[in-house]
Formats: sequence, C-alpha cells, structure tokens
Amino acid sequence: MTSSPALPFDETRRQGGFLSAVLSSDLPRSRVLSVVLLAILLVLATTPFVFSGSQPIGTAAKICVFIVLVASYDLLLGYSGIVSFAHTMFFGIGGYGIAIALERLGPTWGSAAIGLVAALALSAVLAVAIGLLSLRVRAIFFSMITLAVASAAAVLASQLSSLTGGEDGLSFQLPQALRPAFRLLSEPLFGTAVNGRLLAYYLVFFVSLLVFLTLLRIVNSPFGRVLQAIRENEFRAEALGYRVVAYRTAASVISALAATIAGALMALWLRYNGPDTTLSFSIMVDILLMVVIGGMGTMYGAVIGAALFVLAQSYLQVLMEAGSSALAGLPLLPNLIHPDRWLLWLGALFVISVYAFPGGIVGRLRRAVP
Amino acid sequence: MTFTSTTTAPALETRGLTIRFGGHVAVNDVSCRFTPGTLTAIVGPNGAGKTTYFNLISGQLKASAGQVLVEGEDVTGLPPSARTRRGLGRAFQLTNLFPQLTALENVRLAVQSRADAGWSLFKVWNSRRDLIEKAESILERVRLADKRHIAPKALSHGDQRKLEVALLIAMEPKVFMFDEPTAGMSVDEVPTVLELIHDIKQRGDSTVLLVEHKMDVVRSLSDRIIVLHNGTLVADGEPAEVIASPVVQEAYLGVEVARD
Repeated sequence: MTSSPALPFDETRRQGGFLSAVLSSDLPRSRVLSVVLLAILLVLATTPFVFSGSQPIGTAAKICVFIVLVASYDLLLGYSGIVSFAHTMFFGIGGYGIAIALERLGPTWGSAAIGLVAALALSAVLAVAIGLLSLRVRAIFFSMITLAVASAAAVLASQLSSLTGGEDGLSFQLPQALRPAFRLLSEPLFGTAVNGRLLAYYLVFFVSLLVFLTLLRIVNSPFGRVLQAIRENEFRAEALGYRVVAYRTAASVISALAATIAGALMALWLRYNGPDTTLSFSIMVDILLMVVIGGMGTMYGAVIGAALFVLAQSYLQVLMEAGSSALAGLPLLPNLIHPDRWLLWLGALFVISVYAFPGGIVGRLRRAVP
Repeated sequence: MTFTSTTTAPALETRGLTIRFGGHVAVNDVSCRFTPGTLTAIVGPNGAGKTTYFNLISGQLKASAGQVLVEGEDVTGLPPSARTRRGLGRAFQLTNLFPQLTALENVRLAVQSRADAGWSLFKVWNSRRDLIEKAESILERVRLADKRHIAPKALSHGDQRKLEVALLIAMEPKVFMFDEPTAGMSVDEVPTVLELIHDIKQRGDSTVLLVEHKMDVVRSLSDRIIVLHNGTLVADGEPAEVIASPVVQEAYLGVEVARD
C-alpha cells in the first residue's frame, strides 16, 4: 500500500454489500442526492396505490420511460461524447415495433415479443450502419448524419401510412392481462383494484428499473471506462490499443437498444404510437434538456432530469392555474402566470437551471459537502 | 511463420518508409532494423523527420510508400490500436494523457488494454483488483504513487512526463518508443526518467527507440545511433563512431567540416 493520506472518497476501494453491487459501485455520493433518488424511486414504486385518477399514474409511467430514454442518451452524450440526433428514431422504432405487431398480429404476448425483437434488430442494424459509416469521421459529421437519418425516418413513418398509420399513428389492443378490464385479484389491494392497468404500470416500472440498472452497470464497467477515456482523448485511447470506432459503435448500439425498449414501453403504456409520442424532433430537444438539467455524464442525472421535466410538463399548467386564480384582482400578475403562458415559464426554468447548475443538478449536489 | 525467431531477428523493421506532404518528402526511403535488447537513439536537427518517422511506425500517419514490420509481420495497413496490440508502444513528445481522469485511472486504462479487458460490459470495473494493483505498482515505479488521485491537468509538467512513461510501461510493449522523454523537464527531474529508460533496457529483451536532443543522454544510454537529416537516414552505427563522423558533425551539430 502506498503512504498517501486517507482520502474522503476512494473509488478504487470496492465497497461490499448489496447496494453497491446493484448500483455497480457508483453510489450517489451526496446525502441530498441519495434522499432525492430514494424519494423518486419510492413515489414511482407506489404511485398506483397512493394517488388516484389517471393523470398521476400516466405521469409516473412517462417518467419511468423517460428515465430509460434519457439515461441511454447520456451513455452517448455524457459518457462517450457523441452527439446524436437520432435517438428519437430508435425510440420510435420501439414504439412502432410494438404498435404494428399488436395491430397486425393480434393482441397477444407473442406478437408483442415479435414486435420488440424485430424493433431491436432494426435499431441495432441502423446503429451499426450509422456508426461504421460516420463515427470515424469528425464529430460534427456524425451529428449531421444522425440528423439526416432521423428526419428521413420521420418522413418515412408519416408516408407509409398503410403500415404506420401516418400522422394519426396506430391505436391497438393490449394482451388480455394488461387490459383495464382484467382483474388479477378479485379484491382490491390497499383500496386499489389490481387490474390490467396496474399490471401494465408495473411492467413499465420494473423493465425501466432493470434497463436503468443495466445501463448503470455498463457505464461503470471496464467498457464504460474506455468510453470515458475516448471522450477525454480519442487519439490517446487509440494509441493505447483501444479501437475507438468499434467502442463508439458499440456505445451507439447499446444506447439505441435501450431507447428501443423505452419506445416499446411507451407504446404499451399508451396503447397507441404515433409521430408525436415517440418520433418527433421536439422529444429529441426534450431529451437534450433533461440530460443537461440532470447532469451530463452521470446516470443519476437522467433520473432527476426526467422526473423534473415530465413533472413540469404535466403539472406546471395546473400550478399556474392555481397561482393565477389566487392572484386574481391584482394587476398584470394573474395574466403573467396564466396557464396559457406555461411554455414561457418552462423555458425560463430551463435557462435558469442551466445557468445556475452548469454541471447539472447532480453535478451541483455532488460538489456540495455530502 | 516459417522461420523461428533468433535473437538477431528484428522486433521492428522499416523498409523504404516514405511520406510525402505535397512536394515535401518528410521521411525519405528509411530502411532500418531494430533488434531486441538494443537501445537505438534517433538523432537529427529539428525538422529532420524524427517524430514523423515515429508517427509512421506507430500508425498515426499513413506511409506514402514502404512498409513497417513488427516481428516480421507487415503492419503498414493497420490502425494505431492494432499496432499497439502487436507490441508497439509509444510515449508522446507533447504530453498526451486523459486530462480529467486520475493518474491511477490513466495507468489503469493502459493496464486494462494490455489485459484485453475493455470489452467486458457487465462487470464493475473495480472488480478487477489485479488491474488496479498493477497500475498502482507502476505508479510506484515512476514515483507518482502519492499523486495517484490527481488528474494530469493538475500535475506538473515533469510529473506528466513520468505518467506518460508509466502508460508506456503499463502497455508492456515489445518495442518502446520514446519521443524526447525529457523535453521541458526541470534538471532535477531528468535523472528519474533516464533511470526508468535505463531500467526498461536492463529488464530483458526490450527494443527501445529514443528520439533525443541531449547528446550526453544519447551517449550514456544508447547502443546504437541513427541519424536522420532532411528525412533521410544519413548515419547508422556505434554511438562513438556516429558522433565522431563528419556527416553528423555537419548535419546535426551544424559544424562546418573541412573536406579533404
């Protein structure tokens, strides 16, 4: 052992224990962050039993899906330093895979599986093709090519209306066990009916959790360390014997596969898939914002960014409605926070948060004393 | 391979290695063999093509003509990473590290590459204690153990050079290529790096290539000197003999030598 002074945190000393193993040795390293993450996990795990009505559970499901989507994008942007604009394309492929298969082949688990596998295969092939064609050239060209391919995919999805439903998208039936009419238990549990909708939620929740933990493991694996080395100094990584193009391509494939799974979950939850739910460029912008707000280069940033963003999207209008009516009678103020202005305030919130936390919220929390 | 390698078989060989940048020939038809157990110094004035020659060997530049062979195998068409995996190790002239990762992580990445462990996706990186321990022992060897948690951007220039050497040692290459390892170092730090190079030379059958400007360093370390001038190999031989030759006196030291 060396004689260096004891450090407050030494990541090379492996901590034992279940938690460390599940979190791949990448603990939150900040008390506030741990509490926030735990709170998000608990709320998401209990939403169907704690909140009533369809909006909370819909919001929670969307948060789960977006955590996976944003985490998979952070694997590219934050860990590998790759700027891709094709992430919603893979999200869309997952959604359309499920939607087309369930609509065409009937509402069974078998067709869902076929749809998912076909979508994963298509995503992998596309990611490899884009990667090998363009990851060896300058970063800006890769970004441009992803932009072009993503636009082409969006046009294709809206033009092939016989297959994809065009701009209207596809509505479809879920397998029996996920339908609202299905009852797993005849009696309600904790006052909530254990129906197909609840099962669908927990399917989304647990698959999201599993994929998130897998991504967390991958970024903390020897492979993930190579990605970070490439991000830092691509030339040196190559000189050390790492095939940069192969590693980057692998990173985009993994990221694409996770996004595809997220898209499949989104479609399963909504029983619908269309350009606006998974494929649109505005979702791409949302993902970018969520990564930056949460904190680039940390998987926990995805959790916080996605939770905050989706909550703001869903509830800012409600909050502003309340504020506006509370201030009724005062000059100007009620108009300023009228629900119709919610996008303005959402924008202002992002500008402020990016300005105040350049390293994202997680970066800020980890810098503070734990 | 049909022949068995003997001690005189070259670990590295260049055949007619040439690179042109437009009309300028930076390295011109350089053929040379480097045998195990030998430290060869490559000298020549600034702009002679020494670093370009290194870049051609390690693959950062593509040759216009000629071949690079590692243990008899043609690697001319291979990218740098593939040459590294065949045993070519290179330390860079301008320090070239991972600036934000710790010194330990810099070395660990080199050790990990050597152990071919980069494609492990589902293990936690620090479960490979052996890689961490090996990286730590190398940091101790280059006397950076107490700075293992400091990132290169916060290290002194001399320490960055030592770390560069540590990365090279971690690769355990067959051929060590040092490009002015002591450039820009303070006088008291130079001996550490020279000792490390001497140490590498002593430990078995390494082939060492050293680009160096300081003639005293060259004289004390090398078994052989080759001289590049305007991209051409102009002298090759025992240190004393090469240093004394008129062509070196003129080309390298800039001394006008009276001709008979």
